[in-house]
Amino acid sequence: MMLSKGLKRKREEEEEEEPEKEALAVDTWWLDPRLPAVAQAPPAVPSNSLLDLSVLKLHHSLRQSEPDLRHLVLLVNTLRRIQASMEPEATLPSVPSPPEAPGVAADSLLASSDAALSASMASLLEDLSHIEGLSQAPQPLVDEGPPGRPSGGAPPGLGALDLLGPATGCLLDDELEGLFEDIDTSMYDSELWAPASEGLKPGPEDGPGKEEGLELDEAQLDYLLDVLVGTQALERPPGPGR
Amino acid sequence: MAGAGGGGCPAGGNDLQWCFSQVKGAIDEDVAEADIISTVEFNYSGDLLATGDKGGRVVIFQREQENKSRPHSRGEYNVYSTFQSHEPEFDYLKSLEIEEKINKIRWLPQQNAAHFLLSTNDKTIKLWKISERDKRAEGYNLKDEDGRLRDPFRITALRVPILKPMDLMVEASPRRIFANAHTYHINSISVNSDHETYLSADDLRINLWHLEITDRSFNIVDIKPVNMEELTEVITAAEFHPHQCNVFVYSSSKGTIRLCDMRSSALCDRHSKLTGPGPPLEVSEAQKVKARKLTDWKVFEEPEDPSSRSFFSEIISSISDVRFSHSGRYMMTRDYLSVKVWDLNMESRPVETHQVHEYLRSKLCSLYENDCIFDKFECCWGGSDSAIMTGSYNNFFRMFDRNTRRDVTLEASRENSKPRASLKPRKVCTGGKRKKDEISVDSLDFNKKILHTAWHPAENIIAVAATNNLYIFQDKVN
Repeated sequence: MMLSKGLKRKREEEEEEEPEKEALAVDTWWLDPRLPAVAQAPPAVPSNSLLDLSVLKLHHSLRQSEPDLRHLVLLVNTLRRIQASMEPEATLPSVPSPPEAPGVAADSLLASSDAALSASMASLLEDLSHIEGLSQAPQPLVDEGPPGRPSGGAPPGLGALDLLGPATGCLLDDELEGLFEDIDTSMYDSELWAPASEGLKPGPEDGPGKEEGLELDEAQLDYLLDVLVGTQALERPPGPGR
Repeated sequence: MAGAGGGGCPAGGNDLQWCFSQVKGAIDEDVAEADIISTVEFNYSGDLLATGDKGGRVVIFQREQENKSRPHSRGEYNVYSTFQSHEPEFDYLKSLEIEEKINKIRWLPQQNAAHFLLSTNDKTIKLWKISERDKRAEGYNLKDEDGRLRDPFRITALRVPILKPMDLMVEASPRRIFANAHTYHINSISVNSDHETYLSADDLRINLWHLEITDRSFNIVDIKPVNMEELTEVITAAEFHPHQCNVFVYSSSKGTIRLCDMRSSALCDRHSKLTGPGPPLEVSEAQKVKARKLTDWKVFEEPEDPSSRSFFSEIISSISDVRFSHSGRYMMTRDYLSVKVWDLNMESRPVETHQVHEYLRSKLCSLYENDCIFDKFECCWGGSDSAIMTGSYNNFFRMFDRNTRRDVTLEASRENSKPRASLKPRKVCTGGKRKKDEISVDSLDFNKKILHTAWHPAENIIAVAATNNLYIFQDKVN
């Protein structure tokens, strides 16, 4: 069975994740205890922990075998909003930049991580529509493939897509395997924000600054990677990043 | 409008005094995941009340006939039928499980002795027939009482089978299975007022079905971008208008509501590969057809208040439920902190905004951290449209009287579960000194969420789902 253990039950997953989340200190420094809480609004500039929290949530969501699309979209939009307001040149903090936004400064640490994140998210979401497109191949009119073969919906989950490729290679046509050649697997490498490896759908800001990565705790990074690597090991021997 | 917390005691007159009636479900603290109620719905007459749970089961309660010797006690709801609607499935291609959780149940109007309902999980909608059997036939010619076939050569005389009474048996059987039409997770189903069609909505698409036809559906809304990278908005709920069979509404994660008219003659489709005018084409079996994209007839959206803007503005503006009023003149939307009533003739802003738990606005960061900010609350109208109800945390639920502008916070708990005991209004303390009987915001239990509620279509009887328990409350009969 190819069931990815531990990826299905969200409730249990959330319980698993609780200790990790509690370890994050969510800043409430902006709340003045003397004033009624209702009257206070969070500041325009978020703390780093809010950014980190959002990134972790996004990773958690992407790791689900079938991510909740609404949850994912809201997270991504919020993350873009946070990152946009942290940029020094941002004039409209509430306007999220789309992945190809030309205005993002290439040498900005946050911009490059935003680009890496967006590029990876974008490539994964794009693959979702590629798979859907292939399963409806000869019929341009038809939106979904024949009922026996659920089309689309390939989750933009890093772990899941990885499993989907070679693990189900016997089920997929050869042409579909080609889909996965250009998945950016740099995220599986030791550094979370390593520079893009070969085949990454080029983002506009491929460049310097990526090696610096985000200021996540090493422990949190290791934890994330362990889970990813551990998940892969369940299904197949580790191969060259795929 | 309503302030944070609850108001004072209803003074009488038109104010409703809610009383505990019944509670269904296990008492122990250990809640089995499968028992968590995920949807509640009265049927058109209110005599039947259906619940769906995470384990894929449907339980239907039926209201007992009123007891003449106790005229003040309304009929109680007792279990009528229980059946397994959906089972967990495994999608071999994508290597993932499809949850059996029942997302929604919608009843069909009753047309004969049997009852019909639609139930759906993330991917598949099923039409169930619930019928009673209280007689059985005896005296068959071709088979014994045990059911064994008799040798036809041994039959020398014919007899007419006679009907004999038996203990009432309620049977549920799946009559239609509507599958393989949704790539994304189904969040809504809604039966049309024509009683022949219904819609089903997932994150990106809405399909129209005929109740008799399972191998075809028509796609009537598609917001999937050509590039998934550009995805920024999803569909969160959809419903047909209660009277106009061509009108439906759908809400989005960005807080917009779109009212659509299927008759719209200005059909244009930027994505469709069909050309030319005419009705939607029917293609071969087992395939969906993308009908021409309907232009949105009206788009309802309230401009964002700049003073309350935060990083969580979009998340809390995401609409979790949209319901038309019984009259069809209004619709109500639920976002994270409020309930809004819209006049269908005015798109620019709602006619009413009711704060559900404004005291949470300063806690959004924590609620984001523990994911509660993503909770999806439902809302419902009272039978006369004069009152609305929605759930909150700590097993609280909120009722708003649209005429008197009064609101009240009530609690579904076993402590207040003496028969016909009046529910005491609850109040949340937001700061400063906590009065007696008030509860402070930090003491609220965010694991006790009331996401699903239902209101009897004609009477003041409400059903409130609190995790794995179903509470039924009625108003006091004077």
